[in-house]
Amino acid sequence: MDSQEQARVGVRRTVIRTIAALIGMFGFAFALVPLYDVFCSITGINGKVDATAKSVVHEEVDESRYINVQFITRGSPGLPWQMSVEMRQMSVHPGQMAEVDFTFTNNSHSESWGRAVPSVSPSNATLHLRKISCFCFQEQQLQANERLTIPLVFQLARDLPDDINTITLVYTLYPVEREIQSITLNNALNSSSNKDSQNDSKNSSKNNKAAGEAI
Amino acid sequence: MAPKLPPQPPLQHNTTAVADGQSHGHAAPPKGILRWLLTTNHKEIGSLYLIFSLTMFFIGGIFALVVRAELFQPGLQLVEPEFFNQMTTMHGLIMVFAAVMPAFTGLANWMIPLQIGAPDMALPRLNNFSFWLLPVSFTLLLSTLLMPGGGPNFGWTFYAPLSTNFAPPSTTFFILALHIAGISSILGAINIIATILNMRAPGMRLMDMPLFVWTWLITAFLLIAVMPVLAGVITMMLMDINFGTSFFDAAGGGDPVLFQHLFWFFGHPEVYIMILPAFGIVSAIIPTFARKPLFGYASMVYATAAIALLSFLVWAHHMFIVGLPLVAELFFMYSTMLIAVPTGVKVFNWVTTLFRGSISFESPMLFALAFVVLFTIGGFSGLMLAIAPADFQYHDTYFVVAHFHYVLVPGAIFAIMAGVYYWLPKWTGHYPNEKLAQWHFWFSIIGVNLTFFPMHFAGLAGMPRRIPDYALQFADFNLLSSIGAFFFGASQLLFVLGVILCVRGGKKAPAKAWEGAEDLEWTVPSPAPLHTFETPPVFHRTSH
Repeated sequence: MDSQEQARVGVRRTVIRTIAALIGMFGFAFALVPLYDVFCSITGINGKVDATAKSVVHEEVDESRYINVQFITRGSPGLPWQMSVEMRQMSVHPGQMAEVDFTFTNNSHSESWGRAVPSVSPSNATLHLRKISCFCFQEQQLQANERLTIPLVFQLARDLPDDINTITLVYTLYPVEREIQSITLNNALNSSSNKDSQNDSKNSSKNNKAAGEAI
Repeated sequence: MAPKLPPQPPLQHNTTAVADGQSHGHAAPPKGILRWLLTTNHKEIGSLYLIFSLTMFFIGGIFALVVRAELFQPGLQLVEPEFFNQMTTMHGLIMVFAAVMPAFTGLANWMIPLQIGAPDMALPRLNNFSFWLLPVSFTLLLSTLLMPGGGPNFGWTFYAPLSTNFAPPSTTFFILALHIAGISSILGAINIIATILNMRAPGMRLMDMPLFVWTWLITAFLLIAVMPVLAGVITMMLMDINFGTSFFDAAGGGDPVLFQHLFWFFGHPEVYIMILPAFGIVSAIIPTFARKPLFGYASMVYATAAIALLSFLVWAHHMFIVGLPLVAELFFMYSTMLIAVPTGVKVFNWVTTLFRGSISFESPMLFALAFVVLFTIGGFSGLMLAIAPADFQYHDTYFVVAHFHYVLVPGAIFAIMAGVYYWLPKWTGHYPNEKLAQWHFWFSIIGVNLTFFPMHFAGLAGMPRRIPDYALQFADFNLLSSIGAFFFGASQLLFVLGVILCVRGGKKAPAKAWEGAEDLEWTVPSPAPLHTFETPPVFHRTSH
C-alpha cells in the first residue's frame, strides 16, 4: 500500500513536470520567431538588410579591389507592377559611394501600394552593405500607369571580407494592402510633423526621394 | 542457414509473482465493440495500436505503390501529377505518423509494463484516449483526399509557403489531423515516462531496465521536447492561412526559411523517435538468439542518450542549400558526423554480442540481423549526405529517398517485425509459423533491396524526388525499383497471414518462449493473462 501510494505521488509529479515541459516547448516554438529575427539581424546571416538609412562613412576608397555588385528585381503575384534597374551589374571599390536608378511601373489602371523587399547574397556581406538611400525603406504608391524612377545610393564598407568578390542584391516587390497602409500612414502623420505628406500624389516621386535621403 | 524450430525451452520456471487476473475480482469487461472502446488494459490497447498501425502500413503502402506504378516507365501514364503529389505526401505522412510511430507505441504498451514488472501503464484511461485519437486523426487526414482540391500535395515536410499560400483548401483539415495525432503522441509519451519512472518492480534500478525500456524512455523525452514545436509550427501555418498573419510570408515580413528551421528542429529528433525504439528491440533479440548477454549495456544506454542529445544540434543539415553561412554549414556538418560515433558504438556492441555466441536463426533474429546490416548501409549514406559540399549535389534527389528508406524500412519496420515475431508467442501463446516467417523474411529482404538500392544510383545520377516523370536515362533503375516495390508490398501479405495464423493457433509456447530470453516478460505465462504483476515480482539482477 505504501509503495502504491508512493507510485501515485510519483506519477502525479512526473505528469506535472512533463506538462510544464510541454507548455514550455510550445512557447519556445513561438519565441523562436522573434529570436530568429533578432539573431539574423545581429549576425546578418539571413541576407536581411536593416531597413534604415546609414550615414555616409568617409573613408579612403580601397582602389585595389573591385567588387561586382549585381541587381535582380522580381515582381510578385497580386501586384501588377514592373520593376527594372538601369544596369544589371556594376563594379565598385570598397568605400566608394555608388548610385543606381530603379524604375517602378504600374501596369494597371488603378493606383496601388507596394514595397520592394531586399535580400543580400552572400549573406555575410549583409552587414557590410551600407544603404544611404533606398526605396526599400518605405512603401511606394503608384498611380494608374505611373512610372517612377528612384535611385539606390549605397556604399560597401572597407572591412568587406576578402573572399567576397560578388554581391547580389535581390529586390522582390510585394503588394501592400491599402487599409493597413492608410492606418500606418495616419499614425505616422499624427505622430510626426513631417510636412512631406505622401498623400500629395502629384509630388510623390519627389517625396519618395526626399524621404529616402532625409532619414 | 538452416532454419531451426524454436529451441525447446528448459522447464518452465513458474513464478509466484504472477497473479491470475480473472480470479482477482475484476469487473467483467463490457462485451463487443464497447470492450475495445472502453478498455484501459495496456495489453488490449497495445494490440489496438498494433492493428491500427498494420492497417495504416497497408494504406500507406498502397499510396507508395501508386507512386511506383507511375514511375515504372518514363512519361505520364496512370495518374495526374496533382494526384501523384498527393500520393507522395500522404505516403510519407501515413507511414511516419500512423504506421511507424503507433507501432512503437503499441509495442511499448504491451511490453514496457511486462518488462519492468508493472501491473499496467501509469495512466490507463489516458492511454485509452491517446489511442482513440489516432483513428479520428487519420480518418480526417485520409478524408482530405476526397475533398475538392484534393488532399495535401506539398510533401510530408509541408514547407511553407507551398503549404500555406499555394496549398489546397483542405490544408486546414490536414493541420487539425496533425494536431490530434500530435496530442496522441504526447499523451502516450507522458504515460510511458510516468510508467517507467514510477512503476518499476522493487529493486529494479534504471540501469537494470531492459534496453527496449531505456530507448523508449529517451524517445518519450524526445517526443515531449519536439511534438510541441510541431504543434507550434502547424499553428503558425493555420494562422497564416486563415487569420492573415505572415509568419512564413515574406510579403508580410515573415520568412519561409524560418519554417524550415522550425520544422527540422522538430523533424530531426522525429527521425530518432522512429529509430531509437528499434535499437531497443534489436538489443533484446540479438542477445537472446546469440545466447549471450548484451555486450556493453551501459555504453548502449549512454550512446542512446548521446544520439538523442545530438539530434537537437543537427537540424540544419536538411537545409544546406538554403544559403546558410559557411560557419553554420561547417557546424551542422561536423555535428551530424558526430552522431556516427554513438551509432557506431551500438553497431559495435551488437556485432560483439554476436561474436562467439551460439547463434540460431529464427525469424526474429533474421530480421534483427538484417536490421544491423541494412541500417548501417542507411547510416553510411547518411554520412555521405552530411558532407555539406556533396549535399549540394545530393539534395532532393533519389539518393536522399534511398537513404531514409534504408533507415526506415529495413531499419524501423524490420525491427518492428522482428519484435512482433519475437513477442508473438508471449501475446498469443503460440509460436508463429516459422516456415512462413522465413519466407516472409527472404521475400522482404529481396524486395527491400531491389526497391531501394537502385535509388542510390538514380539519385547520384541526378534524378529529382517528388516528380512524376523523369529523363530516359533513369528508366532502368526505376523499372527495378517498381518491380521491387510491388514484390515487397505483396510479400507483406505473408506477414498478415502469419500473424492471423499465430493468433488462431499453432505450436504452444511456454512462458519462456526463447531459450536465451532473460527479461521479466518471460516469467509470465504465454499467452500473458489480461492482468499481470498485480503484486510486484521479485527482481533478480542478472546480466548487466
